[in-house]
Amino acid sequence: MSFDLETAHHPEQLRRVAIDPVSRVEGHGKVTLLLDEHNRVHQVRLHIVEFRGFEKFIQGRPYWEVPVMVQRLCGICPVSHHLAASKALDMIVGATRLTPTAEKIRRLMHYGQILQSHALHFFHLASPDLLFGFDADVAKRNVVGVVAAHPETAKKGVLLRKYGQEVIRMTAGKRVHGTGSIPGGVNKSLSAEERAALLKDAYQMVAWSREAVALARQLFEQNADVNSAFGRFDAHSMSLVRADGAMDLYHGGLRARDMKGGILFDHFDYSRYWDVIVEDVKPWSYMKFPFLRALGPDTGWYRVGPLARVANCDHIPTPLADKERATFMASPGAAGATLGYHWARMIEMLHAAESIKDLLHDDDLGGSDLVVTGERADRGVGVIEAPRGTLIHHYRVNENDEVTRANLIVSTTHNNQAMNEAIRQVARQHLDGQEITEGLLNHIEVAIRAFDPCLSCATHALGRMPLEVTIVSRDGTPIDRMFRDEHGRCSRA
Amino acid sequence: MTAPILVFGWGNPSRGDDALGPLFVERIAAMALPGVECLTDFQLQVEHALDLQNRRCVLFVDASIVAAAPFEVSAIEALPDASFTSHALSPQAVMQVYEELNDEPPPPCWLLAIRGEAFELGQPPGQAASANLDAAVLWARDWLQAGTPTAEPCRARSR
Repeated sequence: MSFDLETAHHPEQLRRVAIDPVSRVEGHGKVTLLLDEHNRVHQVRLHIVEFRGFEKFIQGRPYWEVPVMVQRLCGICPVSHHLAASKALDMIVGATRLTPTAEKIRRLMHYGQILQSHALHFFHLASPDLLFGFDADVAKRNVVGVVAAHPETAKKGVLLRKYGQEVIRMTAGKRVHGTGSIPGGVNKSLSAEERAALLKDAYQMVAWSREAVALARQLFEQNADVNSAFGRFDAHSMSLVRADGAMDLYHGGLRARDMKGGILFDHFDYSRYWDVIVEDVKPWSYMKFPFLRALGPDTGWYRVGPLARVANCDHIPTPLADKERATFMASPGAAGATLGYHWARMIEMLHAAESIKDLLHDDDLGGSDLVVTGERADRGVGVIEAPRGTLIHHYRVNENDEVTRANLIVSTTHNNQAMNEAIRQVARQHLDGQEITEGLLNHIEVAIRAFDPCLSCATHALGRMPLEVTIVSRDGTPIDRMFRDEHGRCSRA
Repeated sequence: MTAPILVFGWGNPSRGDDALGPLFVERIAAMALPGVECLTDFQLQVEHALDLQNRRCVLFVDASIVAAAPFEVSAIEALPDASFTSHALSPQAVMQVYEELNDEPPPPCWLLAIRGEAFELGQPPGQAASANLDAAVLWARDWLQAGTPTAEPCRARSR
């Protein structure tokens, strides 16, 4: 099946506009639009230049190396890969239940990652659009523009992110390439001095996170009708939830809801995720299109991430975030809005800040019982709710302790169809029949950025990443070209 | 106490020549030069502006596909850079964030861009890139050992 605006009937008669790469998202993505002579949109596609060599990169390695090396798959959320791999390898070493110290250290690390990732996205990637408007001058619509115009807001964003990085450094042992989480547990606990150092600022982080939720709410509600409708589409949703239905970003069973909020499956054991999730392929994209097996590829696609998680759970197990969730769920249109992602993301950041603060009072963090093992298995699956959504790691290990097979389904892959739906909706709403401008193209990017996609793993050598938009005539002759250089300056050829 | 000189290299150690920044930092750190602190990360981000505080000078180090081999060094200034890919704030943008956050100019900063060619996941740095790295380390050792790096030996140059 092809979705509306996925494939044009006569693409050879249309001109092509490409947004390449999409800006302020991680990695490399490209959007192509096919337009006719009246600028009517006939096809919109988000192409992900996803590196499919992950599995090969891992195969043949001793399993105990995996939690460290998978951090190099992605420079943006290495901790999420570190923990998802560790959880999968817990099953390999037979660690069915971690020690309290190990689980709490891992949770602390994870909440640190959520805090720093969400802070970066909201304050420095999304806020330029939200604070200045989607059509604002591109020279202003960036992180430095935010710092200049809203220095206090930007400073809090920097310090929240720095704090999250400090939590990661202390729990993972290093600022980058941490080794803290290992199959069966962790290799260090926190000293009293480390806990005290983190606790000193923990309450401030909670306070700033509350302010961030208030700002996200204000930005959404001040133009609620427009924000609710922007790139809006109906979708199923999926996330982990705790046994009592609470949000749990580290561990739980899979829950999927349909478009109306009804439960499709609940508390599903993720170690057999393939019973409920299938990965589809399309000829025009390197990235797979997962769908819910029971519904099939046409209607079974879903969304993951903050918006899905906040709406999917029954409550959030920290009081301030739970109160904010109630407000969010009661706000007309917010829970299904593409731009509702930002508000939901800040609610999660508050939950992470509260969780960090609570954990730092727990003496188990200083325990010495760090690792458990049990009956060796040859297959392990680890699932975690990474900042961008559900992250699945699946490994097979042979008798020589080498990884023979690996399958990773990353958050952005889960959201593949959902992101395509969002940009098609934006194209219908804002681009159809209009003269294409940089500001209008940014509307497409705004919709993509709401998902905070991590499109590929970071390689970033100086000099890469120009933006070039080329409009070609029916016979393929370029008729208009727009450039954005490394300093954000736009020009026409 | 904060070391007066910061060497900050970034890149993904498992992506071919992208490892040049972290490898450079590793080799400089092994020299244990007095007054020099070495930091590394996958990429530059806003919080790295905080690492510039209380420094006399900073040397940023990255792989480059546009620099002439073996490397180029240039003094850099804060720039209101759009940095349209979030995973790759430029060092100039980090300096700009420092300036805006602290309401003062950042310390003098230089960018050492080591020529790289290939950036595939799971590959080690290539031969040519490794030779470029050797040359860059030799240059930096002398420069850092001088103790008070100035703009004079660091004008935009290539070798």
